[in-house]
Amino acid sequence: MADDFGVPTSESRGQTVLHVPREQLADFVMQLRDEHGFNMCLDVTAVDYLAYEAPRHLPPEVEPERFEVVVVLLSMTDRRRIRLRVQVPQDDPVVPSLFDVHPGTEAMEREAYDMFGIRFDGHPDLTRILMPEDWLGHPLRKDYPVGRIPVQFKGVENAR
Amino acid sequence: MPFDQGLEGLDHNIITGTLESLVKWARQKSMFPATFGLACCAIEMMATGGPHYDLARYGMEVFRASPRQADLMIVAGRVSQKMAPVLRQIYDQMMEPKWVISMGVCASSGGMFQNYAIVQGVDQIVPVDVYAPGCPPGPETLMHAILTLYSLIERGELTRRRDATGGGAGVHVEQLDGQTSGAAPVSIGKY
Amino acid sequence: MPADTTTGERDDVRGGLAAETYEGRQELAPRKGSKADELLREMGAVLRLSETEAAELSSTEPGEDETMIINMGPQHPSTHGVLRLMLELQGETVLRTKPIVGYLHTGMEKQGEDLTYLQGPTNVTRMDYASPMANELVFSMATERLLGIEDDIPPRAQWIRMLMAEMNRIASHLLFLATNGMDIGAIGMMLYGWREREETLRFFEKVTGLRMNHNYIRPGGVAADLPDDWRDDVLRLLEPLPERLHEFDLLMTGQPIWRERLQGVGVITTQEAIALSATGPILRSTGVPWDLRRDMPYLFYDQVDFDVVVGTYGDCFDRYAIRLNEVRESIRIVHQIVEKLPPGDYRIQDKKVTPPPRARIDESMEALIHHFKIFTEGFKVPEGEVYVGIESPRGEIGCYMVADGSARPYRMHIRGPSFVNLQTLPHMMRGGFLADGVAIISSVDPIMGEVDR
Repeated sequence: MADDFGVPTSESRGQTVLHVPREQLADFVMQLRDEHGFNMCLDVTAVDYLAYEAPRHLPPEVEPERFEVVVVLLSMTDRRRIRLRVQVPQDDPVVPSLFDVHPGTEAMEREAYDMFGIRFDGHPDLTRILMPEDWLGHPLRKDYPVGRIPVQFKGVENAR
Repeated sequence: MPFDQGLEGLDHNIITGTLESLVKWARQKSMFPATFGLACCAIEMMATGGPHYDLARYGMEVFRASPRQADLMIVAGRVSQKMAPVLRQIYDQMMEPKWVISMGVCASSGGMFQNYAIVQGVDQIVPVDVYAPGCPPGPETLMHAILTLYSLIERGELTRRRDATGGGAGVHVEQLDGQTSGAAPVSIGKY
Repeated sequence: MPADTTTGERDDVRGGLAAETYEGRQELAPRKGSKADELLREMGAVLRLSETEAAELSSTEPGEDETMIINMGPQHPSTHGVLRLMLELQGETVLRTKPIVGYLHTGMEKQGEDLTYLQGPTNVTRMDYASPMANELVFSMATERLLGIEDDIPPRAQWIRMLMAEMNRIASHLLFLATNGMDIGAIGMMLYGWREREETLRFFEKVTGLRMNHNYIRPGGVAADLPDDWRDDVLRLLEPLPERLHEFDLLMTGQPIWRERLQGVGVITTQEAIALSATGPILRSTGVPWDLRRDMPYLFYDQVDFDVVVGTYGDCFDRYAIRLNEVRESIRIVHQIVEKLPPGDYRIQDKKVTPPPRARIDESMEALIHHFKIFTEGFKVPEGEVYVGIESPRGEIGCYMVADGSARPYRMHIRGPSFVNLQTLPHMMRGGFLADGVAIISSVDPIMGEVDR
């Protein structure tokens, strides 16, 4: 099925990936829901590409940023999933919220905020969900340490 | 003052000596655990209470939900940073005499999760009397830990040490699961 | 009766769909659902209050007719692990709810970035600890997809994975029946459920070495072959199950107390369930026959014959009945697997991915080096990203993995079904009693390990 959604499209391991500019995210997801039948949002998550050393394989029109918000949608009638990747810059980590289109993204967006610090504009209650309310820092960012207790003796530098 | 040391401090005559062993027997044989099942170890704890392994035959008939009615806290599962104050609060709400069994490696030492989110050993929060290793420890290991605790209580040393230092006994038991093919016999519970 | 109030409200909201009253058909404009949140915001079931605000409120005295905000959990006998609920009650009726999670947050996704792909299943398996094979399976499938070997996995390995996944589904649903029974009050059910589950755990111990958290399904296949007499074990295990399930039916399904406690309680509509991204038995209880094993088949589910169990009313009774019947369907699938499982390799013979058999290490230097590299450094996965989703007993479990060419995943995210399904909880509890709330939590069957990860 080669349908053109009007945004740069790429493919990863046989799965269709759409690269959506972040201002258009909520409208685009609504368009996908109403016109193309992607009626369920399966997952909203984020990736921090700070320490990514391999080439990122993005379409030429897409400008790579530090964060990426990934949205996985499901069309139950067509029985397929589609993935959206949204580039989010480090100095302005704000993305429109998908809550108005898919209310089920409420908890997922809270988790992305908690773990990465990406704010979702229009989310009714953007607070920490997994960490305690007063926690400082965003654990899944690459500049946040794992928090391992240092062990005195360690033969090899990089091994666990 | 002899009363500060509990029953141990009394000069025993025939009546109070028997009373002390009666009290110890009663404490052992009807210990009620507080439900503190957090993660995978909770499933194994429930399996220990199930019909195959049957914890009720050792007197642990019911798992009391209210910490006021419980003597034993089996910390079954990994304790996260958010849960740690809750754990301490439940422990504080329990009435003396109380004991703690740390079930599983996550509760004993943080387990395989050495990261920002897990408390590296529940003994940083509460005094632990018996550590049961395993991920998760099977019902046999948990029973071994519980019976070890019983034998500690029977010897009386546990209550004495707790009153003196406020710390737990810190006994490590061995993992006993899956040894169906006749390994060296282990005396269950005797410490 | 609280059940009536909820359906009455729903009629207003559904507008053109199911307006029962004459006035409704006249006055309300049909609603296309273009603003999905309007439906849910109008219901107003979610209590949007932070914990600190609630703590401040609790210190002031509530007025006579004001609602009360109470806290349930995280340590509570019926919250299925460490789930905390903030409930706004009017008397005994629940108005709004806020589930507060995070009490079991283990940092598994961060830990996953530190572990190699072969160590990954040990980490991931502890997320949904009632059905660990599903977690391992989705992680392994995502890794294989990134490696590009998903079509080269030997058929025997895939059939073994199916066998393990279905046995795990049986074990997980038995756990649900046990805990659900106990939450409603049939305490004997707890013992019966565990009795059946012990047999499946014994089989798992024989095959994988562990009762739980097996780390058996690994990228490339499975860790070890099935023992020779596994067919006898499985058939012996399954033999008393249909009769025992019939006993559970006698104990629960037909009983008036059970029915009154569960029917009409925790009703959710199809529109709400899809809007809230609920999958698994919750979605199927509303009447949508969506099961990934049949609709987007993976492994060899398209070669076995089974039915997808679907409910009608979207209430707790439907979810209970669906899970009970899914055990029956899984038994059917396992019988077919027992017949169809072919001989062959139990893992792919790609030397770069799977470790060599232990005996060869003594003979061949190359085997020793491969073994060493795989277990210390790990095999490298070419860069890319992939999302794989399968049907776990709780719904769709998905793994989104980003690889960067090194031996460790760059980002490993697991879409836990219970995390998303918990969002349906406020909407199901609204208007019901507090005691119904316990039944509803139990019917959602959350496993907090995969909620908090």
